[in-house]
Amino acid sequence: MLAQTAFSLSSVNVHAVLPEIIITAALIIVLVVDLFLPDRAKSANAVISMAGVGGAAVALMSLIGTGTHRTFGGMFVLDGYAMLFKFLFLAVAAILIFMSVTYLNEVVRNIQGEFYFLLLTALLGMLVMPSARDLIALFIALETVTVPGFIIAGFKKHDNSSNEAAVKFFLFGVLSSAVMLFGMALIYGVTKSTNLYEIARVLSTKQYPMPIHHADSVVFASILLIIVGFGFKVSAVPFHFWAPDTYEGSPVPVAAFLSVASKAAGFAGLMQITFVAFGSHSSVWAPGFAILAALTMTVGNVIALQQKNIVRLLAYSSIAQAGYILIPLAVVANKSAAIQKEAFAAALTYILISMLFFLLSLAGMIPTAGFWAKFFVFRSAIGAGTLWLAAVMVANTLVGLYYYLSVGAKMYLREPKERGPIAVPYALVAAIVLMVIIVAAVTVYPDFFNHFSPRSTLVAF
Amino acid sequence: MSLAWVLTLGAFLFSVGVYGVLARKNAVLVLMSIELMLNSVNINLIAFNAWFRDSAAVGQIFALFIITVAAAEVGVGLAIVLLVFRNRKTINVDEVDLLKW
Repeated sequence: MLAQTAFSLSSVNVHAVLPEIIITAALIIVLVVDLFLPDRAKSANAVISMAGVGGAAVALMSLIGTGTHRTFGGMFVLDGYAMLFKFLFLAVAAILIFMSVTYLNEVVRNIQGEFYFLLLTALLGMLVMPSARDLIALFIALETVTVPGFIIAGFKKHDNSSNEAAVKFFLFGVLSSAVMLFGMALIYGVTKSTNLYEIARVLSTKQYPMPIHHADSVVFASILLIIVGFGFKVSAVPFHFWAPDTYEGSPVPVAAFLSVASKAAGFAGLMQITFVAFGSHSSVWAPGFAILAALTMTVGNVIALQQKNIVRLLAYSSIAQAGYILIPLAVVANKSAAIQKEAFAAALTYILISMLFFLLSLAGMIPTAGFWAKFFVFRSAIGAGTLWLAAVMVANTLVGLYYYLSVGAKMYLREPKERGPIAVPYALVAAIVLMVIIVAAVTVYPDFFNHFSPRSTLVAF
Repeated sequence: MSLAWVLTLGAFLFSVGVYGVLARKNAVLVLMSIELMLNSVNINLIAFNAWFRDSAAVGQIFALFIITVAAAEVGVGLAIVLLVFRNRKTINVDEVDLLKW
């Protein structure tokens, strides 16, 4: 049994966790070096952070094609799926650092070191997340992403909106963790294990370690609690109330971090738990996800229609995006392996594409070009025969198109109030160019993500 | 002692915590209610661990991690509440309402 494998330090596969080690080293260096930097040289922290992210990316590249690594007694697994997410997180972190340099220099000059330290800590949690194959590891990874998020959401210390963003995010974040943990405790009570594969084995064979009455109801309750917990993290309706307020109040790079990076990490964890641990109970959670997806898309888009503030509009649009991502999770119940594989690939594609486009839109571009990415999700819904969900999705896409285009119309068709050139910082240009290159590459070769599902240990085909 | 009694205590504490989160206006009391919820999870984990006579002590280890993370969360949370109190002179969560809809 995996959970009882004897653990010793020499058994840790250091190469597999090298990206995480490099990020840890970088964040400690930032914390220490920041003490000795004069106020005008605080931007040096960004350089150290970038070096750490770059180093981690190189370490991750050295792991490409080396197969699946398992270490820490099976808690930490590096496979194609985890690798894909880690590259996404490193790219997003690089973009966030680019975005932050200018912003921090303008807003909070003297506490930049802390910002980069917290950003790198959250990045560490995000890197561990897609590799975690154990409830404890998942929980720790999730908290390592969220707790620094609470602090950087309130980073404008003297700004009331920023304070409020932090309070709301904190209360909802901690509450959702508590709900999720209750579910995790119940599942431990049924299966005597926190390892996702062991849980899956017990739940599918129904060989419970101790005789237990109404085991199915307990499992049902725990699935429900865990989904509610993750529902808060990915801001699915009706657990979305914190999201628009927090995005609006927090600094712009933090809004990008919350709506892109921490949300993608939440989806990674959700996919691991549902596909691996609760794979045998997909008939329980898939209909739930169908309702969540339909609600999330519709409510997000309809409220986005009446927004005047562009950040709030993007926040509601980001909620609607979460609805699209939930569709592949909703269509897998009791379906053939081919459909499951397609749904899995669609979820991966959509998470990555929509995240990058969202960043582009926060950086000032209109995200209309992202609509083709919805095609994969749409195809998986049609393929699985859930036509009503596909219909809801089409309707929502049209609503989304309307408000995106009206933003575009305001940007280009109205006479500007002030004329003259706008100074665009070089770091922001670099970030936008990086994103456009990634998006263009994926647009040219869309089947890219289909290669990842066979190499993942999440779904057995 | 029967497992059911301990689990009932856990569920009761969790419910008290949920009630507190929904009904309390004071941010510190909301924080304490969330702590109650986390502790009810710990009680459940320890109870299951004892029931299984789990030699790997997975439940106890999980509970230790939860205690540690809860401590970190309270540290961050109280700092945020303190910040709000400095700027607003109130910690009533109903009055923190600049951002809406």
